[in-house]
This record gives sequence, structure tokens and C-alpha cells, in this order.
Amino acid sequence: MAEIMALADAVGSLVEDGQVVALEGFTHLIPHAAGHEIVRHRYRDLTLVRMTPDVIYDQLIGAGCARKLIFSWGGNPGIGSLHRFRDAVEHAWPSPLELEEHSHAGMAAAYAAGAANLPFGVLRGYRGTDLEARTRVASIECPFTGEQVSAVPAIRPDVGIIHAQQADERGNVQLWGITGVQKETVLAARRSLVTVEEIVASLEPRPGAQVIPAWAITVVALAPGGAHPSYAHGYYDRDNAFYVAWDEISRDRERFVAWMKRHVLETTDVEGYRRRLVGGGGVA
Amino acid sequence: MSDPGYSADEMMAVAAARRLRDGMACFVGIGAPSRAANLARATHAPGCVLIYESGTIGAKPRHLPLSIGDGELAETADSVVSVPEIFAYWLQSGRIDVGFLGAAQIDRFANLNSTVIGEYDRPLVRLPGCGGAPEIAASCKQTFVMLRQSLRSFVERLDFRSTVGFGDGSRSRERLGFSGAGVTAVVTDLGVLEPDPQTCELTLTMVHPGVAVDRVRSATGWAIRVSESLSTGAAPSPHELAALRALEIPGERGAQ
Repeated sequence: MAEIMALADAVGSLVEDGQVVALEGFTHLIPHAAGHEIVRHRYRDLTLVRMTPDVIYDQLIGAGCARKLIFSWGGNPGIGSLHRFRDAVEHAWPSPLELEEHSHAGMAAAYAAGAANLPFGVLRGYRGTDLEARTRVASIECPFTGEQVSAVPAIRPDVGIIHAQQADERGNVQLWGITGVQKETVLAARRSLVTVEEIVASLEPRPGAQVIPAWAITVVALAPGGAHPSYAHGYYDRDNAFYVAWDEISRDRERFVAWMKRHVLETTDVEGYRRRLVGGGGVA
Repeated sequence: MSDPGYSADEMMAVAAARRLRDGMACFVGIGAPSRAANLARATHAPGCVLIYESGTIGAKPRHLPLSIGDGELAETADSVVSVPEIFAYWLQSGRIDVGFLGAAQIDRFANLNSTVIGEYDRPLVRLPGCGGAPEIAASCKQTFVMLRQSLRSFVERLDFRSTVGFGDGSRSRERLGFSGAGVTAVVTDLGVLEPDPQTCELTLTMVHPGVAVDRVRSATGWAIRVSESLSTGAAPSPHELAALRALEIPGERGAQ
């Protein structure tokens, strides 16, 4: 049964140096507050997993938390490069970053296999690309038809972290809108953390929503606004101006370090982070 | 040359949009492909089904989304499914008519690079990576590619083959077991390239108004073949231009 804890305690009790940690949320419901807490705890040597490492992974990589990245698309959506990710790959700053690179379909199949406790996922993909020789993928023959298909190893994170709109007081979680690979992340992980916009007395069923029962989740933590600058459908919109501003903030090492110190290391929670954002005249 | 009243990027979006037919199911990448697909839906193909890899099927945004997961895509979609489902049930099953991609580099067989410039282990520029592109190009019934034409982007040899168009030429796709027809059109800011029916090599089949063939040649990193029936496309109509410009959100996002 999910335990409901404060976010700092939740991250502190679940994450350890050197672990495989996945933070998911496909553009929507990205667990930024939990990512910031990982930075505040100064974890090191993490293998970070995420289909679309964007701003939150740029921050984690630039803050020196990651040793390895397993991913399929690393950019600032609609804007361009992730400068901290690029600096790590191109110049090993602040430390070298090992890459295990996949396609989206490969990552999705690997998460689904992890959630099903199967050893690998199967897809038609990777064939004929240069990625085949650079990543963990194998060609296998279908035992029934003889067709050659690709196998990718299941993703089984030590800790899987997602953000959702609501939990009830027992820790059942409901999320809606674009639900990405969030359910698979929770079910594939040995231990899981779900941060939520609000905790309600009881969940009101919504069309198209996913409900993840409390007994399948390790910890639930309240983090209103915890997806910023991404969005929480029904709560707040995507802060597109922030993604634009991040391009400038992250381009320069010193400016990045100063921003992280002011907005993450010197604050203790989402509320403090928000106050610094507003106090700074917006985002910078 | 006098100002034609539209930009090369607008011409590219209009030329790409014209290739979509009403009712087609279209798997759309963000950026230029999304712009063109939404223009088609706003003009001659209102029944075009836009599918984004975030799992939104039949999205009907009024303005161009900044990312593939914007809230408006989910709010206006016929159905929102998970990411594993969109790739497994909808894409790899071969249900999608057209895949619509961009890239950093393309070669003569329409293979795409969106991974690195330079060596993989010591890249000069680390690009975002392939995302959904390899399986989109493998499984859609046909694929359109959009990118600006230059010596940097149209290269003799890719630095990295992220996505297979026609591999090493004819019959490569069959050998790899791909179901779709592959890249059937590459729309650029200068014209349109289509694969030769026999060799699969990209051939210039159309230039945009005011574009000379020599200009295309000098923006291509290999000796590009030119179709005997090369045509000149039509300039954007006032209706197309108005619809395209109406898709941009004034202010915040339109400024990008």
C-alpha cells in the first residue's frame, strides 16, 4: 500500500547513489519537483532513464547527478538543443555521460516488457540503422512465422517516478490527458514514487483517465505545481516562455550553475522554487 | 528577384500540405511537418487525421502546438492512448497512411540523420536522436520528409544513419522486412524530390516558382538527377497563405 510522505523524505528514502532511476511524463506531467529534489540530495552516478530527456534531465545532467543516460530523444521540445546534455556528451562537462540510445518504439516496448516482468520487448525497428551497432538490441526469429524482429532488454528501474493530477487519501492515483509511459514506469520499477497536484478524499472517475491502485505504488507525495514548466491537464498550462528562456539560461555553464543554485539548491520545495521564479521577474 | 510575398519556408509548408489527401491518417513530427499537416487540415483536407507520438489520435489544434504533447492536442483528439499503444497498435501495425518527418541530414536514398554530426563517440554536434522516426519510416504506408536544402543537409554520406529511407537502394526495404513504400516525397524550400521507381535514388521532380535547377544542384551534396518531366510548382495561393499564417499563435509562440 502506498505510503504518503513529504517529497523530500520520499526521494531521500527511495533513491540512492548509483541507481537506475526513471522520471517519465511525455511532455505532460513531467515530475520536475521530484527531479529538483534529486538535485538537492546531490545524488551521483545515477543511470537516468527517460524517453524524452528535456529540461529536467538537462538540469540533472548539468548538476552532475548522472553517469549514464538511456533515452530516445534529447531536446528542448519546439526550441532546439539541450545545452547541458550536449555539453556533457561533447565536452564531458561536468562529467562524462555514457549513452544508451534507442528509438521511441524501442523504449516503449522496453517499458511495456518491464511492466509485464518479461525479459525483453519485441518490435519491428532498428533494422538497417547505425543505431543497431550502438545500442542494446538483438535480432530474433519469430518461432511461429520465422519473421526477423528486434528484441530490446526490458527497462526495470530501481526507482520509477511520475507526476499525476490526483491521489486519494489511501494513495490511489488518477491521471488523465496524455498519459505517455507513466503507468508502465510505475509497474516496471522495483519501487515507485508518484507526486500529485492534490490529495482528495476520494477519486472521481473521469472518462479516459488511468487509475493506478495504491497497492502498486510505493510512495505518494504531494507536490502542487510540481510539473512546472510542463503542465498538468486541468490544473495549469505549459509554461512555453520558460522553455524559450531555458535555451539562454542553459547555454552558459556559469549562468546555469547560478540559476540552479538560486532556484533549486537554495530552495526546499515547489513553493520556494515558485517564489524565486516570480521574484526573479519570471524565469531568469 | 522581387519579393514574392511569401517566404521559402512558407512555400515549403504549402508544397508539403498539398500532398496530403482528405481522410489520410498522418503520423506527424513536430515543427515543419506539423505545420504542413495542420495547413492541409485547414484547407483542402479537413478530414486528415493527425496523429502525434504523444498518443493523440485525430488531434484538431486551432494553432500550431509547440511540442508533440501540448494540452490542446489531447483536448481536441478523437482518442488519447498511451505511448506504448501508439507505437505498437497504431504505427507498427501498418495502419498509418503517411509519416511526416524532418531531419538534420538526408542522403540520395532518403536515409536520415538526426543523431550526431561527426563521429558518434566524439560528436561535433550531438543532435536530439531519432525519436519515433525509424519506425515511422519503416511502417507507414508512405513517408514525406521536409527539410531545407543545403550542402550541410543534403550530403553524399550521412554521419549517422538514424532512419532508413531506401537503405542502399532498390530492394533494401524488402530485405529489411519493412511494410511501407518508404519516402515518396522530400519537400524542401527549393522544390520536391521523389525516388526513381527503379533505383530509388532521389530525383528532382519539381522546383518552386523562381528556383533555377542550378540552385538546387549547388545546394545538394551529390550529383542530383533531374527528372525529364521536371515541373514548376504553383506559388502559394492567398487562401493557403492566410490559412498558414492563421495557424501561428500571435505573441508568445508565434515569435519563435
